[in-house]
Amino acid sequence: MNLKLWLETGESFDGVSFGAEVKTTSMLGELVFNTGMTGYQEILSDPSYCDQIVVMTFPLIGQYGVNKDDFESMVPALKGFVVREACETPSNWRSEYSLPQLLKEFGVPGIQGLDTRLLTKKIRSRGSMRALFANPSVSKEEAMALLKEPLPKDQIPRVSTRHSIHFPGEGKRVVLMDFGYKKNILRSLLRRGCDVVVVPWDSSAASIMKFKPDGVMLSNGPGDPKDVLPTLPVIRALQEAVPLMAICMGHQLFALANGADTAKMKFGHRGSNHPVKDLKNGRTYMTSQNHGYAVTLESIGSSPLELTQVNLNDGTCEGLAHKSLPAFSVQYHPEAYPGPEDTQWLFDAFIQSMK
Amino acid sequence: MPRLSHLKKVLVIGSGPIVIGQAAEFDYSGTQAVHSLREEGVEVVLVNSNPATIMTDKETADRVYIEPLTEDFLTRILYKERPDGLLPTLGGQTALNLAVKLKESGVLDKLGVELLGCKVDTIHQAEDRKLFKDLMIKIGEPVPDSAIVHTVEEAQAFARKIGFPVIVRPAFTLGGTGGGIAKNVEELGLVALTGINASPINQCLIERSIAGFKEVEYEVIRDGKDNCIIVCNMENFDPVGVHTGDSIVFAPSQTLSDKEYQLLRTSALKIIRALDIRGGCNVQYALDPDSFQYYVIEVNPRVSRSSALASKATGYPIAKIAAKIALGLGLDEIINPVTKKTYACFEPALDYVVCKIPRWPFDKFIKADRRLGTQMKATGEVMGIGRTLEEALLKSVRSLEIGVHHVMLSSLKDRPREELLNRMERPDDERLFIVAEAIRQGIPLELIHSRTKIDFLFLNCIRRIVLIESELREAGSKIPAELLLRAKKSGFADSAIALFSGMTEPAIHEMRAKNGFFPVYKMVDTCAAEFESSTPYYYSTWETEDEVLPSDKKKVVVLGSGPIRIGQGIEFDYATVHAIQAIREMGYEAVVINNNPETVSTDFNISDRLYFEPLTPEDVLHVIRKENPIGVIVQFGGQTAINLAEPLHNAGITILGTSLDGIDRAEDRRRFEALLKELNIAQPLGHTVTSMEEALEKTNILGYPVVVRPSYVIGGRAMEIVYDADELTDYFTRAVKVTPQHPVLIDRYMIGREMEVDAICDGKTVFIPGIMEHIEKAGVHSGDSFAVYPPQNVDVSTQNKLIQLTTSIALALQIKGLINIQFVIHKGEVFVLEVNPRSSRTVPFLSKVTDVAMAKVATRAILGKTILEQGYVHGQLAETDEIAVKGPVFSFAKLVDVETALGPEMKSTGEVMGRDTIYERALHKAFLASGINIPQSGTVLVTVADKDKEEGMALVRRFHALGFNFVATEGTAKLISAENIPVKVVARIGEAANDILAIIKAGQCDLVINTISRGRNVESDGFKMRRAAVERGICCLTSLDTVDALIKTLERQSFDLSPM
Ligand SMILES: Nc1ncnc2c1ncn2[C@@H]1O[C@H](COP(=O)(O)OP(=O)(O)O)[C@@H](O)[C@H]1O
Ligand SMILES: Nc1ncnc2c1ncn2[C@@H]1O[C@H](COP(=O)(O)OP(=O)(O)O)[C@@H](O)[C@H]1O
Ligand SMILES: [Mg+2]
Ligand SMILES: [Mg+2]
Repeated sequence: MNLKLWLETGESFDGVSFGAEVKTTSMLGELVFNTGMTGYQEILSDPSYCDQIVVMTFPLIGQYGVNKDDFESMVPALKGFVVREACETPSNWRSEYSLPQLLKEFGVPGIQGLDTRLLTKKIRSRGSMRALFANPSVSKEEAMALLKEPLPKDQIPRVSTRHSIHFPGEGKRVVLMDFGYKKNILRSLLRRGCDVVVVPWDSSAASIMKFKPDGVMLSNGPGDPKDVLPTLPVIRALQEAVPLMAICMGHQLFALANGADTAKMKFGHRGSNHPVKDLKNGRTYMTSQNHGYAVTLESIGSSPLELTQVNLNDGTCEGLAHKSLPAFSVQYHPEAYPGPEDTQWLFDAFIQSMK
Repeated sequence: MPRLSHLKKVLVIGSGPIVIGQAAEFDYSGTQAVHSLREEGVEVVLVNSNPATIMTDKETADRVYIEPLTEDFLTRILYKERPDGLLPTLGGQTALNLAVKLKESGVLDKLGVELLGCKVDTIHQAEDRKLFKDLMIKIGEPVPDSAIVHTVEEAQAFARKIGFPVIVRPAFTLGGTGGGIAKNVEELGLVALTGINASPINQCLIERSIAGFKEVEYEVIRDGKDNCIIVCNMENFDPVGVHTGDSIVFAPSQTLSDKEYQLLRTSALKIIRALDIRGGCNVQYALDPDSFQYYVIEVNPRVSRSSALASKATGYPIAKIAAKIALGLGLDEIINPVTKKTYACFEPALDYVVCKIPRWPFDKFIKADRRLGTQMKATGEVMGIGRTLEEALLKSVRSLEIGVHHVMLSSLKDRPREELLNRMERPDDERLFIVAEAIRQGIPLELIHSRTKIDFLFLNCIRRIVLIESELREAGSKIPAELLLRAKKSGFADSAIALFSGMTEPAIHEMRAKNGFFPVYKMVDTCAAEFESSTPYYYSTWETEDEVLPSDKKKVVVLGSGPIRIGQGIEFDYATVHAIQAIREMGYEAVVINNNPETVSTDFNISDRLYFEPLTPEDVLHVIRKENPIGVIVQFGGQTAINLAEPLHNAGITILGTSLDGIDRAEDRRRFEALLKELNIAQPLGHTVTSMEEALEKTNILGYPVVVRPSYVIGGRAMEIVYDADELTDYFTRAVKVTPQHPVLIDRYMIGREMEVDAICDGKTVFIPGIMEHIEKAGVHSGDSFAVYPPQNVDVSTQNKLIQLTTSIALALQIKGLINIQFVIHKGEVFVLEVNPRSSRTVPFLSKVTDVAMAKVATRAILGKTILEQGYVHGQLAETDEIAVKGPVFSFAKLVDVETALGPEMKSTGEVMGRDTIYERALHKAFLASGINIPQSGTVLVTVADKDKEEGMALVRRFHALGFNFVATEGTAKLISAENIPVKVVARIGEAANDILAIIKAGQCDLVINTISRGRNVESDGFKMRRAAVERGICCLTSLDTVDALIKTLERQSFDLSPM
């Protein structure tokens, strides 16, 4: 079935629908691209993509199918998926069903058959923008009207857990504040023997301290960090009490909590090949990234934070550490899945800091 | 960290002559690396023995030595140049091995030369299979179980322990001879016995076979700060068991989930760190298709064929970066040369798929064993880029130039199902086509998979192609626009669409034009459009946006020469690159179309725009439509480009240089004969015959011996010299199918000296940089003979005659650009053998020795700057004082069952140059450089045909004077004894246990001289001997002229020892 992708610029792309069917009114999202050549299943199920329409720049997606292990959350949160070609006949020993089947099952619409490179270049030059999946019957006027509707700002509350969940382990107890955590953050802690309690994003510091944590991990999550300002005092209290590590959204909240600022980037960083330079050891690591906001460099100076890592390409802030407290954060995903495992050592450093 | 400032002068070692497994990719990486070093202000000294390389142009490096790549010569160059560093990681295995020798001889330490790129320990650890395994076990990386055995019993016991199948790899045999796979104890009994016997030290490695696993490669780069990146990973269509060089490869990997991708990525980084490599490296893996289990197959601690492919596949110039790392720069300091905005420390993201298909020499070597295994046999490769798997695959299929534009071979059509299934089980060069045919016949994919282990993803890709074929068949002349576009998006050529739908190619083209269906061109930018870039590197595809910005500069399109094959090698890429350079120097934009990922011409820095496309009329015309050039140059890209002249001309495109008519008059036999007659120039008498009876009749009149060949192939295929009617009959029954449509050409075989001339003409002036004399008589293909410049044995008046003939032919053909003519001097008279209205194999060699950049001069002439305006003359350039000898290099060790005796069919894969002021020394260098071990003393095994006995005896006497011993079969031995020269008589093959074959196999001789005798049995005995010599690494010469040259070099060196 034919499907159109409308951009807020008034341009449209013709493609073919796959996955779930499109209900015209609900199909607005923020259009972003990801350059990863593998890892579509992890990307699809990463809650940080909540309300976004993701364009994959690699043209062939779904080649190795979908398996039961590689989900980063139970239910995909993204709005829509845009690929050049969705593979109907995947091949991999773990594959249980195809990408189109997965999208159908989870109610995520997809569009394929369009010039995704052109689309990527549009995003690159104009920045992330709104976009709309619409059936061909929808007129340009209707589409443009729909595209003016505001995007929701409640992504984190929607993807975060509502109840605390305990994952027992023999080692240090870590409370994982869930802003939309990727399962592999949890797995990375459990694999290292941690005992993990996942708590809702809006938990109070007192309720968290009741778990007697040895450390706190702030997770990744979707949207604008300034949508969840009430968490800042919580973070301030926690960092005084126990060692803290923060990833992605967690990193941005950690910065805000300490007086630094964040701003929206033109089109963000999404992919598995972003070089990050560690200013302490001089090494550069390949990292997996997914963010549309960043901590502004100018705002760090006046805070009690220290810039520890930068993006080698655009110099943006990739890592921070508190000058006097055992607390640090990174903008990227050291837990990988998808992407390189170069920075797994950060988890070890975190665990070390709890000793 | 800035670059290491003490490295002011660096010596770079090239890879030497082109052989199977080590080809043009090292010219690409070497040239790039030298540029990269010079960019950093380093003075570069380059050594390579291969003149047909851009890297040995004197503009490339500060000083270029074209000398044999031996420890001796390198040592002397090191003493003379005193470099601060030696960079051996860009010249393949050859350079690495040399570096080890130089380090171990102590000369590097003595002169304080630092080894750059990797340490000697690293080389040992990566190259020595045992040390490598130990290291892998130490760092916890899995390798297949293996053991070294000396008896069949040991082998069987070990295999019982680890389970079957196992592979047997004999130690110290060339070409993997004697090895193989055994599936059970009985089979192992046989294979192990053969292996142990084949090994000179009776030793074999027994290894658990992991054939059938996915074969995956990672290209890794590491700098001195321990920053590591993966440039690209690649997945083979052919599972483990077929050498990667012989496998169809896709990049990036297609069936690996992110977990598997990262599993191997992490392992690759661990290995490059453990080996402490600073630069590029390649890690090969076998991955279980049914679990996360993987094995490390091997590591190459240097740039390789795969890294050239990875560079072209991603746009990331690995060699350039590796060279900078060798100077101490970090990946995080080097600017990404593609985006010019970001750093080299990142991992390229592709937004297209790349397919590589090897090009094998089996069209030349019809009798060779075409089965593929753990030993590489391909001479070259092609690459196709597309936005779908199908598109990438089909583009590379039609780049192969094997007479098909689609995954379909007519010879396989309607073959019985069982035959297809059996053939696909034992992989050979046609497996892709066999699989496609099987799918076409409806054989279930499961069955195909169970026989081949080829991943379902790839099988489904072919199935989708086959489904479109049947849709087209059904549609017939009423192809819906949607289907037409879908076929194009899947990479179908118009000719394929025409074939299946039953329409004509022009009709398909017209349908497309009506619908506005034309390809667009997208950029290869290393970053999937995330950053702006300006790489002038494009591929066609069927999408919305075209990224090539129209330019209103005057442009010239140059056609490349496609995959490297025997007869059309790197020499043509050399000329192509020079043409591009000259075009740019003259202020035009140079646009190049080519599909060979190994070469310099497909380095996007070379031209103004590179289109990585198949060289078919359709694909080329699409680019021309886009570019609208002033014309197309076809004369540098070998026969590939010349063959495109006609379709381009017919499409109204201007051919720059010699006109289509001029080309045709040289290539069409009838028109060529008429031309020579008109000019009163002699040519061997000949006839075109259409039946065997006619052949016998005509040859009786011509007189034997004659040279016979089919008319419909170029490049001397199936060309033979026959001496009598029986042989002629045999030729017609065995080698060719003669029909009125496919006539056979018969020429009188003119025994005599062969001469070769390359000239440049602008229509008025004919400039001849030099004449070459062949050392072997006509009858040995010009590409396989040693040649010397300037001529040593031909008098001035004959040389003048050659100049005069060349001049009149060039003018008569109205050549604009290059022309190559081969002559034979028979009984004092000059005959023309062949005229090639294009750049030839000898252009790089002659350019180097005469210091005339011939392809550049030709290009300028083509673009209107006359030869006189360029400062050259009409006639011959004054000879230099220097003497240069071109030596051919063969890859026989890799090609089991290939006849090594030289004849009119070309067999060599590469060439070297030896230069000196004295002829014999130049010869000596050429022998050394071509890998011929010149024994200073020892035993010569002689067995020559009756017709050669007299000439042979003269050589024996000279060898005797030099102190050599002789072994010979009865007939030859009698003659030797008659001269009072001691000789050991040996039995013919099979006549005694210690027969002549056993002597060779045991290495009890140092040189074999064997000329072909006719007659079935003798021929096959000779064949066995020659093969045994090749496999034992003993020099075997089949032309007495070569032997004569070899003795000359020995005589020159030896002191005279005669009593007073
Ligand atoms: N244990 C094995 N079982 C089956 N095939 C193997 C095994 N080891 C290697 N091969 C095959 O042999 C090929 C050549 O082996 P490799 O070690 O890479 O040698 P080379 O130095 O010639 O590249 C590989 O590409 C692979 O397909
Ligand atoms: N009539 C002939 N007499 C003697 N030698 C010949 C004759 N024709 C061809 N040859 C030999 O065969 C070789 C190849 O023939 P040529 O016509 O040049 O074919 P190709 O197109 O392969 O270069 C020549 O280099 C020459 O040595
Ligand atoms: Mg290998
Ligand atoms: Mg020839």
